[in-house]
Order: sequence, then structure tokens, then C-alpha cells
Amino acid sequence: MKSVTNVIICGTGGQGILLASEIMCAAALLAGNDVKKSEVHGMSQRGGSVSSHVRFGDKINSPLVEKGCADLILSMEKMESLRWSHYLAPHGKLVACDLAITPMTVNTGHAEYPDVNAIIEKENLPVTLIPAVEIAEELGNLRVVNVVLIGAVSPHLPIDEVHWKKAIEERVPPKALEVNLEAFRKGRELFGN
Amino acid sequence: MRKKLNTIEEGTILLSGNEAVARGAWEYGVHFASAYPGTPSTEILETIAEEYDEIDAQWAPNEKVGLEVVAGASFAGARVLSAMKHVGLNVAADPLFTLSYIGATGGIVIVSADDPGMHSSQNEQDNRLMGKAAKVVILEPSDSQEAKDMVGEGLRISEDFDTPVLLRLTTRICHSKSMVKVGPRKEVPVKGYVADIKKRVPIPAHARAMHSRVEQRLEDISAWGSECSLNRIEEGDTSLGIITGGISYQYVKEVSPEASVLKIGISNPLPWNLIEKFINMVDRIVFIEENDPYLEENIKARFLIQADGKNIIPIEGELNPEIVRKAVHPGTTREITFSEIKLPARPPALCAGCPHRGAFYCLSKLGGSSTGDIGCYTLGLMPPHNALETTVCMGASIGVLAGIEKAVGREGMGKLVAAIGESTFVHSGITGLIDMVYNGNTGTVMIMDNSLTAMTGGQENPTTGKNLRGEPAPVLDLEKMVAACGVKHIRVVDPHDLTEMEKVFKEEMDREELSVIITRRPCIMAYKPIRKGIAVVDSEKCISCRLCMKLGCPAITWDGEKPEISRHLCWPDCDMCVQVCPVDAISKDMGGLT
Ligand SMILES: Cc1ncc(C[n+]2csc(CCOP(=O)(O)OP(=O)(O)O)c2C)c(N)n1
Ligand code: SF4
Ligand code: SF4
Repeated sequence: MKSVTNVIICGTGGQGILLASEIMCAAALLAGNDVKKSEVHGMSQRGGSVSSHVRFGDKINSPLVEKGCADLILSMEKMESLRWSHYLAPHGKLVACDLAITPMTVNTGHAEYPDVNAIIEKENLPVTLIPAVEIAEELGNLRVVNVVLIGAVSPHLPIDEVHWKKAIEERVPPKALEVNLEAFRKGRELFGN
Repeated sequence: MRKKLNTIEEGTILLSGNEAVARGAWEYGVHFASAYPGTPSTEILETIAEEYDEIDAQWAPNEKVGLEVVAGASFAGARVLSAMKHVGLNVAADPLFTLSYIGATGGIVIVSADDPGMHSSQNEQDNRLMGKAAKVVILEPSDSQEAKDMVGEGLRISEDFDTPVLLRLTTRICHSKSMVKVGPRKEVPVKGYVADIKKRVPIPAHARAMHSRVEQRLEDISAWGSECSLNRIEEGDTSLGIITGGISYQYVKEVSPEASVLKIGISNPLPWNLIEKFINMVDRIVFIEENDPYLEENIKARFLIQADGKNIIPIEGELNPEIVRKAVHPGTTREITFSEIKLPARPPALCAGCPHRGAFYCLSKLGGSSTGDIGCYTLGLMPPHNALETTVCMGASIGVLAGIEKAVGREGMGKLVAAIGESTFVHSGITGLIDMVYNGNTGTVMIMDNSLTAMTGGQENPTTGKNLRGEPAPVLDLEKMVAACGVKHIRVVDPHDLTEMEKVFKEEMDREELSVIITRRPCIMAYKPIRKGIAVVDSEKCISCRLCMKLGCPAITWDGEKPEISRHLCWPDCDMCVQVCPVDAISKDMGGLT
């Protein structure tokens, strides 16, 4: 096993990216790693692009992932997954929520929302798209989209399932725990192979 | 659920730099803290208020007042902390520069959170230069552990050497999390207030002696700093010696683990003896620091050495491991498998349901615009509103409008108004308004009162009726305050009532006297919405006129022919698109609420 795992979690403001990266860090910590994560708040809160870098392993210096080095990119929005694709390592995986959120630049006619699937094909990107919104809707709580996605990527990271579950317990309020654990399970079962 | 942090007395936990500063304040016996919010510093006081009841913490109306109240508490022998974003230190510069002469009775740590890369700021100023100009001690941590430790070291240096201490963080330190070893709180008694005129009244006769003490203090700390562990040499391969500090140190360790490193933790005064030792130890020197060549210029000037620095490391923007790798080890950059893809930008936008939207929509419809200020409403500059044209610093919208009128008269000013949030108005807008009244201006000032300091994440302020801890507080009455400045025409309007909003704009723009419009409606973060339902489009009725798109609401998108409204984003307590539609094609659906 190599000693450092590099992850980028991205999406748009208000999608629960910070909670997802909190859960990932807590799980990595429980698994006995040194952990660093970095994100930028501020303007990004009003629906702008948001990203969080998570690194864990024996010893971590830089909190930032280098281009071409990400083992995993987890995106809560389709187009945003492409924004970071050049950070992927040759063996890296990209998992994205199959959801398009239109940026204001597109609404005002200053840009066009790209054909994401065509780009994925053209660039030969290792992308798995996941209907996490539909799954969350089935579970009756739209707020667990991020945890469905965490479930989906969890088997691709060197962290045992018990640590993930414990991390979720630590991070979500007790009354939402059941639905979050269910969301994790669904994501892991359906897409975690 | 997580335990409150003041119940954890030992262990290793993952903390952001800001959380670590709050932790340090608690562990090292800070009694009192005051700040004005500002990204990336805001969570320091928020964390203190949420987790550490033992510290008395409060929001100040601006950074100057924040620093002045902690100065007073220090005079009375309490350990204190004040926090601000980098530009906040400009506002607090007046007390800072003289507090430097006066010194500290209880330890004073002032946090300056700089923003290389300007993630959420209007400039990229490097406050190491401010700290040096003010002749105070500057400490620079490179991770959360050091951020916590340096609060303790800072308080000790402050008391031992009788000086304020500037703890300089950057966005990457504030908002990165790393492991921190924590301990219990050590109570330090408040010494009590004892008058000391020679120490605290800098009339020229006293101030001259104070200045001598300041110069001596800098020499003493420089000598001490060469021996203490805050500055250190990490000896490695001596063919390359890197001088660095702050977050840059982490990038250096990442890309050059073999090099010899001089890690500077005390950036002012610099530890000359240690630096000399390092220079003599290595063959080649490289300075790796973000933004200004602070270490480079000072050290080169003192020792007249040849070294690389800003010739290979950019002065603009944030550093990262790639940049450092390319500069120090050209030819070893990582291979990139997948190419970078050009995509539409995703800039931030006013939220669905934002009160500011109504005001900018109407202003734009009337062909008007604004001299702007800093807050969520700065987004009024973006399409489709295009209704904000200047921003300088907090409070400047009013002075700028006044100046435009002075230069080109009321005619030349056209349909410009000043747009300023209520928190910004209280911070430093009111003096501009006093100037307008005093000097005979006739323009219109719009105070956008959303009952929250929203841009920085939603903080209370003197107008909201709550304090930092969420407890009830007296409400500052904006109308009375504006009236007391001498403004005769004051209009209060709900910006979601588009007909009324437009009418008020028209009337006040036509008026040949100074007026103030207060747009009053809370930010969507400030309350739970009354359920007026979700907007739905009847596509039979819709005539594809695109008028609703002029609101720039993120819940409304155009599918090529008709608008689509996201039921997840639409704000239940808003009906502006219903008001705008000329053929009643949009209505509020009370069913299907999620
Ligand atoms: C001197 C200074 N201090 C702090 C900030 C950070 N800051 C930016 S906008 C803002 C306040 C915004 O509040 P308000 O004026 O009420 O507008 P809102 O965002 O609520 O619309 C603050 C504190 C700054 N830019 N400059
Ligand atoms: S946070 Fe509040 S003030 Fe800011 S854009 Fe959203 S609704 Fe408007
Ligand atoms: S009512 Fe219309 S304008 Fe208001 S939030 Fe909903 S979609 Fe946007």
C-alpha cells in the first residue's frame, strides 16, 4: 500500500461538501492515519464552485493535492467533476452525482452548460455517474445525497467499513443518524464495486 | 454527536487553524476576545463562543473598536485576543501603531488572517509588512498545532517583552485541518487595573521614551528568537538551503524533504544570529514565501547575499506544491494524465429568496446603478442586474458617491445611488453619511438591512437584536441614527414589494435633497420561512418573454423555450417572479412542499 491517499471532493455551494469531507477525515483518522484537509469558504457559499482536498496516510505535509496525483475525485455535480479532472492520477477514479446544476453564467446566456457525457467519452475519463438524488429521494431525505456518494466511494479507499459508520455517527445529529447510515449502505451496495 | 470542546482535556483532535487558535486562547488562559467578522478569520470568535464558555467573547462594530476593547482589557491585566481579516488590520491600524508603544499588561494576541489568492477579499496585502511597520512581534504558524501553540507563545512573549503580538495566519492555515495535541485550560489571574500614565499616555514627552523601549525590545527579541524553538534550522543536504515560513514550509517539506531548511516562526523581529548561521552552513539559498518578498528583502539587505526568491516564485497569488516543485526542482513536475477542460465559470450568486435581489432588479429596471460596498449585495454587479459600479473598502460607497457628486454635480451623477449593507453601515458607513449631510450632498444612500452580517456566513451585529452568543441584545435603531445625522428624507421599504421599491427609487432619485432608503427584509439565513409555497410555471400561459430571467434567481433556469423553477431551490417566502410575470403564468403552489 502506498503511504498517502489523495482525494478531492467538489461541487457547488450548499451541497454538503464540507460535511462529506468531515466524514471522510473522521473515518481516515479512526483508521489510524495522519490527516489533513483544506478548503476555501467565503464567496463560494452563494452557489459558487466549492472544493475540499483531503489527504491521509503515514505523514502528511501539504494540505493540498497536486495535479495528476488524486486517487479519487468525488463530485456532487456533473460539470464540476470535469473542473478537477486534470488532478486525477493515471490510476485515479472519478465518481460524480448525476445531477446538473445550472450556473448563473448559463442562465444569463453568457455560457452554455457543456455536454458532460460527450466530454467524458472524448477524454476517456474514468467516471462513474451515480443517481444519488433519486436514491436520497427514495429514502425521503434530500440532504443525504452526499452520504450516498460517500457510501459509493468508500470501498475504493483504504478505510474499513466500521470506521466509516463510526465517522457518520460522530458527525450527524442523532435524529438523522438512521437515514444517513441507510444512505451510506445504499451507496456502498449499489455502486461500491 | 460531538462533545463540546471545553470538555476534552487531553488527546489529539483534528482542528482547522481557526479552531486551533480558539483552542489556544482557551488553554492559555485568555479571558476576553473581541473581533469583527471577516473571511478567513470569522470562525475564531465563533468557535470561542460555541465551545469555550470560560472566555468572554463578543462582536465589535468594527476592527478598530475590537482592538481598542481588548487593549483596555489588557491594561486591566487580562489576557486578550482580537481577530480580523487582513484588511481589518487597516481599520485597526490606528490603535495598533500606538499600542505597540504602550505595550501589554495582560498578554495581547492580534490575529491577522491574510488571503493570498484573494479567495474572498478585495486585495492581497501582506500584513507582515504592517506588523513590521508597527514594530510588533509577528508569529507565523504552518499548521494547526503551531497555530494553537503560538497563541500560548504569543501571550508569553507579549507579557515578557511588553508588546502586542500579531499572529499572522493565511487562508490555507485558517481553513485547513490538521492534528492538534490538546491540553486543559490553565487559569491565569486577571492582574487588575493600575493607572500608569507614563506607560499609557503617549504625549510626546512620554512617547519618546516609549519609542526607545520599542527599539530595544526589537533587538532583545531578535537575540532571544535565535535561541528559541519558534525559529529552527532543519539540517539536511547543505547544497540547498531554503528559508521559509507559514504554509510555504509545508510545501517545501513536500517537494524538498532532503534540503536544509530554516523555518522562520517569528517573522518580526527576525532572528539575525540564527539566519547568519544558516547562511554560512549552506551553498545555495532560496527564499520560498507567499506574496511579498518580506524575508528575502530583509535578509538580503542585512547580509548582502545572492539568493533566489521572487525571481523564481510568483509574488501574486497563493503558492502550492506544484509551483514550489517547478521553482526548486525544475524538470521533476508530475505527469498529468488527463488534460484540463475549459468550462463555464460558476461564480457565486444572490441566493433564491435573497432580499437584495428586489432592490437590484428595480434599480436595474430604472436604468440606475450604484456605488457599492462590501457584502452579499456586491453581487449586484453581476448580470443580469449590472447595478453596482464601484467598491473600495467597507463604508466607501457613501464617500465615493459624495465625491462623484462633488466632481460632476447632481446631473453628472445620473441615476447612481450608494448601496451599503447595515453591518457595513455601522462598521464605517455612518461617517460617510455625516460627511454628505455636513457638506451639502444631495444623493441617495440605500442601506440594505437584511438583519445579518451575511457575506461572512451569517453573524449577528448591533442591529440584529442578538450578540455573538445568540443572547438578546439592544437593537440599534437605524432610522433614528440616520435622522440624528441630519437626513430629512428616510424611506423604509420591503425590497420584495417590487412596485413599492420601484416607486421609492424613482421618488428619491428625483428629489433634489439627500435621502436614505432602508430596504428591510431578513436574509434567508436569518429566519425560518413562512410557507407561501413554491413557484410553478404554467407553460400554457407563458409567452417566453424572459422577464422572469431578469431577476437572476438561481431557482429559475431557461430550458430553451420556457423557464423552469427548481422546487428544491425556490424560497417559500418569496414571490418576486410571480410579481414580474406579465401574464400570470407563475403562481405559488402550496402542495408538494418538501
Ligand atoms: C475591513 C473589513 N472587515 C471585514 C470584511 C469582511 N466583510 C465583507 S462584507 C462584510 C459585512 C457584510 O455585511 P452587510 O454589510 O450587512 O451585508 P450582507 O452581506 O449582509 O448583505 C464583512 C464583515 C471586509 N471586507 N473588510
Ligand atoms: S446569504 Fe442572505 S444576503 Fe447573502 S445572498 Fe443569500 S439571502 Fe442574500
Ligand atoms: S419565488 Fe421565484 S424569484 Fe422567488 S425564489 Fe422562488 S423562483 Fe426565485
